[in-house]
Amino acid sequence: MRLCGRGIRCVRGGREVFSALDFEASSGATLAVTGPNGSGKTSLLRLVAGLLTLAGGTIDLEGGGAELSLPEQAHYLGHRDALKPALSVQENLEFWRDFLGGETFDPAHSLAAVGLDHAARLPAAYLSAGQRRRLSIARLLAVRRPVWLLDEPTNALDAAGQGLFAGLMNDHLARGGLIVAATHAPLGLPARELRIGGAS
Amino acid sequence: MTALIALIRRDLRIALRVGGGALIGVLFFLTVVVLMPFAVGPDLALLTRLGPAILWLGALLASLLTLDRLFMADHEDGSLDLIVTSRTPLELTCAAKALAHWLAAGLPLVIATPVLGLLLNLDATATSAVALTLLAGTPALTFTGMIGAALAVTLHRGGLLLAVLVLPLSIPVLIFGVAASEAAITGPVSFGAPFSILCALSLISFVIGPFAAAASLRQGLD
Repeated sequence: MRLCGRGIRCVRGGREVFSALDFEASSGATLAVTGPNGSGKTSLLRLVAGLLTLAGGTIDLEGGGAELSLPEQAHYLGHRDALKPALSVQENLEFWRDFLGGETFDPAHSLAAVGLDHAARLPAAYLSAGQRRRLSIARLLAVRRPVWLLDEPTNALDAAGQGLFAGLMNDHLARGGLIVAATHAPLGLPARELRIGGAS
Repeated sequence: MTALIALIRRDLRIALRVGGGALIGVLFFLTVVVLMPFAVGPDLALLTRLGPAILWLGALLASLLTLDRLFMADHEDGSLDLIVTSRTPLELTCAAKALAHWLAAGLPLVIATPVLGLLLNLDATATSAVALTLLAGTPALTFTGMIGAALAVTLHRGGLLLAVLVLPLSIPVLIFGVAASEAAITGPVSFGAPFSILCALSLISFVIGPFAAAASLRQGLD
């Protein structure tokens, strides 16, 4: 499986963020998108996730499911956690498993994998920032999607959490997955770097 | 289908829990109707004549009150991003969200109507006529209101804009809702004609609402 972007141009609010951007990522590999604040890292991820419209260029996924679009085969982990404070940890996760559908796994295992199994019945309102992040990561594990689009995934995670997440990313790559991550901090695994904007 | 059921269950759960806002609409409805006799005065005959209109206005305003949270909450916490790009068609998702919203916020208004009818000196026939028209008409309010809620999210404006957008669309529902109730109480028009139009308005909104809301959400992605 290969994710290719050719000549991508991004315009936000009438201002060109970047243009003529090419990138490529393939199964089992990680593409780390770096660059200064405001250079368009998040915009690039949102373009790939289908949440923004391309002002030019193309983004294609070769070798994916024939009847599914790229966003339907991707997990998007953004700044916002997509968690409901009124629901418990387990209810939040079970909702996303049922709603996203496809090939799913036992939420209890996903929670155990991110170290939240002890808090399954706790309302999400009482989680710390790091725990909220862990719960969002559990969503990536509960539903199988080959492409992971991660925006600052290690934000708010403690050192143990970052190590744990690096392990989970490695497992995903080993199963033939593909990761595009916007990041400032090292991800803790080998990655090709795509630098956009600034310092050029 | 699993996805839609999961969505409806989630929205109902959130609405019924603390801070969810399912009760807010009913309480507001109750307040409006309770205040009305104080404003109009202790003229029982006048209250009876105004009763259906008061109940309908109260229900309209109450359903508007909770409508702006329909997409806004999902937008703020990022859930909407995942919902829009998911494998479930967005039109069906919108319809499911509207259905959940109606079950949590619209149906309680219908159930509260018989109690509130007592406060307005309505007899059993009149109260059941109003309750029946509300049952047929409030889904139309929710499904057309959903268009406004989707626009409010994509334009990043809440509250007041929603009211300005939605209220004109709900005028036909109000007209035929009150007309059908009046017809049942005083005549001389038959109950059937305005009530059929009310049902038709609801059916139209079931079709147009989800498509318009989905189109608006897709356009406004940013």
